[in-house]
Amino acid sequence: MPEQYTSPRDQDASAELGEQIRQADAAGSPLRIVGGDTRSFYGRTVEGTPLSLANHRGITHYDPVELIVSVRAGTPLEELEAALDAEGQMLGCEPPRFGEASTVGGMVASGLSGPRRPWSGAVRDFVLGTRVIDRAGRELRFGGEVMKNVAGYDLSRLMVGAQGTLGVVSEVSMKVLPKPAASASLHLDMPLEKALDRLTEWGRQPLPITAAAYLQGALHLRLEGGASSVTATRERLGGDELKDGFWQALRDMRLPFFAGDSRPLWRLSLPNHTPPLSLEGDTLFDWGGAQRWLKSDATAEEVRAAASRYDGHATCLGARDAQGRLQGAAEPFMPLAPVIAKYHRRLKAELDPNGIFNPGRLYGDF
Amino acid sequence: MNILYDEHLDGTIAPQDKADVLADLSQAIPDLTLLHHEEDLRPFECDGLSVYQVLPMLVALPETLDQVETLMRRCHALGVPVVTRGAGTGLSGGALPLEQGVLLVMSRFKRILEVDPEARVARVQPGVRNLAISEAAAPHGLYYAPDPSSQIACSIGGNVAENAGGVHCLKYGLTVHNVLKVEVITIEGERMTLGAEAFDAPGFDLLALFTGSEGMLGVITEITVKLLPKPETAKVLMASFDDVEKAGRAVGEIIAAGIIPGGLEMMDKLAIRAAEDFVKAGYPVEAEAILLCELDGVEADVADDCETVRRVLEAAGATDIQQARDEAERARFWAGRKNAFPAVGRMSPDYYCMDGTIPRRELPGVLKGIARLSEESGLRVANVFHAGDGNMHPLILFDANQPGELELAEDVGGRILELCVEAGGSITGEHGVGREKINQMCAQFQPDEITAFHAVKAAFDEHRLLNPGKNIPTLQRCAEFGAMHVHNNELSHPELPRF
Repeated sequence: MPEQYTSPRDQDASAELGEQIRQADAAGSPLRIVGGDTRSFYGRTVEGTPLSLANHRGITHYDPVELIVSVRAGTPLEELEAALDAEGQMLGCEPPRFGEASTVGGMVASGLSGPRRPWSGAVRDFVLGTRVIDRAGRELRFGGEVMKNVAGYDLSRLMVGAQGTLGVVSEVSMKVLPKPAASASLHLDMPLEKALDRLTEWGRQPLPITAAAYLQGALHLRLEGGASSVTATRERLGGDELKDGFWQALRDMRLPFFAGDSRPLWRLSLPNHTPPLSLEGDTLFDWGGAQRWLKSDATAEEVRAAASRYDGHATCLGARDAQGRLQGAAEPFMPLAPVIAKYHRRLKAELDPNGIFNPGRLYGDF
Repeated sequence: MNILYDEHLDGTIAPQDKADVLADLSQAIPDLTLLHHEEDLRPFECDGLSVYQVLPMLVALPETLDQVETLMRRCHALGVPVVTRGAGTGLSGGALPLEQGVLLVMSRFKRILEVDPEARVARVQPGVRNLAISEAAAPHGLYYAPDPSSQIACSIGGNVAENAGGVHCLKYGLTVHNVLKVEVITIEGERMTLGAEAFDAPGFDLLALFTGSEGMLGVITEITVKLLPKPETAKVLMASFDDVEKAGRAVGEIIAAGIIPGGLEMMDKLAIRAAEDFVKAGYPVEAEAILLCELDGVEADVADDCETVRRVLEAAGATDIQQARDEAERARFWAGRKNAFPAVGRMSPDYYCMDGTIPRRELPGVLKGIARLSEESGLRVANVFHAGDGNMHPLILFDANQPGELELAEDVGGRILELCVEAGGSITGEHGVGREKINQMCAQFQPDEITAFHAVKAAFDEHRLLNPGKNIPTLQRCAEFGAMHVHNNELSHPELPRF
């Protein structure tokens, strides 16, 4: 490992973690898996002994020419992204950070992706391999450090978004991308309906759009790619320059829209070109309209019915407390169809029969 | 007996009374086409890997989902294994039938149900050919990105089952990156929807788990795929090298320059000559290796990128660089590559295609290892390589009519895959494990990992009725194969007999 990718705080704690897990499994004692503990609002509350991945950190392998990085779960995202940035590369899924403590493991567990997602891919799309500590404390390896690998079932991608309920992801290998040669961001004042129509129209054209959000009466766009196409598209679209840091603030839910409000915050995931939903409250459109943030006093049933009508789903992150922290919700995730729920329980029972890994984090029954 | 064929190692399959099963299914689903005469079964005895042949007990050709659902329920109740087959173009024996099983052929489900240009999705039945989706989307300026070389014949259901790739994976991803939603029927006859037209769905990512699961977890009955806008332009550069290693290094240099080509392919001398003889693509037959580099996107950017790549190739020691002058020449350059397998097939009575992946930096060492195996065995090996994403396709030439040559080819193939694993790679990048690479799974995975795979299988198919004997080996097989890895100085499963 070249020195520039290492840090004095790098440490392999897999053996200690394995031992803690083995003991917990033997005792049937639930674990609450924690990295930077910045995403606790995104899921149900877990009652269990904390299992901290924070000391299991460091990049274990990075070869920029291979476009692949392997990194331990407790590594702060900020540290990983700084190392990639120094080589002119980036994580294509643009994962949100909810403070400097946010870790790689949290990114994988939550599966949350940033504004670039519709054009580039989600966390699961960039995960090539994982190391997972099973209930016996053994570190298993799935996938690997190659771009293509179809040997065995894709347990690596299964772990993304599973919120630690199937095992402890201790390390992940990801595909990385070169940073775009040129970038420009702009905002165009226009009504919502027109903005959504435009996005549908542009979606069928090979334009260098890599982020599209609608808020405050304006369509916000990011253009990235070769210098020639970015310049030409920027000139064609017109509009005004967007100030630096907008996309990071949107990614990390730091825009004023997300600030203190007594109404619960919802994340709606919807197909492209879904029309505006008739729900009361305020909406911010990201992902070209495919991810919507809603602040609303509508009931959970109303929000979920509106999302499912379009083959989408809705996640409740709760309201903010006096300190501005999201409170989470009792049942954040949309209930699963009975047959799907049955296979979730079976999968959980096979991989974690004693129910020690973040029990109840996703749904109450596993 | 070659242990590859010894099905006892994969767990017992209960003997079936063919007449009873036929009578049961005919009664339960009177309108279902069921083939049972030997001459009718014969065409289904193999998939695209024709060296393995097994006559199925029965072949079912359903036309409705109700038929599939009832078939699954009856087979589940009777304990009869089911092997699902699409177009039968798979290269790993994933759809190899079972003597004691039903072969469920999905080829009659071939309707494109919907192309929605505004949502940029297509909803199709599993028997729809890969290329037919792009053809249906073309009037809207859209296409379906994954393009396995067999795309004129292979069906999308099989693509999902194998997580098929193609020559544009590095930039546009595999099947798993381009499918939004699938409808599934389980072995218990339940219908379920995995994924959604939205970018994500609540709960576990079962869509990713099912993609590439080789028909072991359920039967895919409908697929919703993403459609992408066709790139404004695509240009192909062909670079010749007098040394394979130089070509390999050039690939890394292109990536290091910050460019992700739409396609980046390498062929060695034997493959170049075979392709040139076959399709007259205009390849330089004297070169030791060629690189085909396709750059696509917005016109102005592609022109800039072509210049950058040309400079990189020159600096990397290319002896000649040609850019396709027009669409016809671009198609011709690609025709050589896409027909490389049949082209090599013309040089030899039989060939055996491998599918290992490696980190690109390991290419020179692995190529040397392959050359050594070729020399030792006396079998010629042509190399075709998805260079951008590290997926190798060594083609081993042999003659199955010569006693022992098939076994020799299998042995060389197995050793090539083990070379890939040693180099930090995988035994299969896109063709799947199927029956073919079941033994090499033991080289790639530790027993504990294989046990985890069995746990996943048990969650969806407790009685191992879906495609048994494929994809995931039993620990008994691994013990027999002799590749069982010793972990922490002790065998992980000391209770298992070792022969």
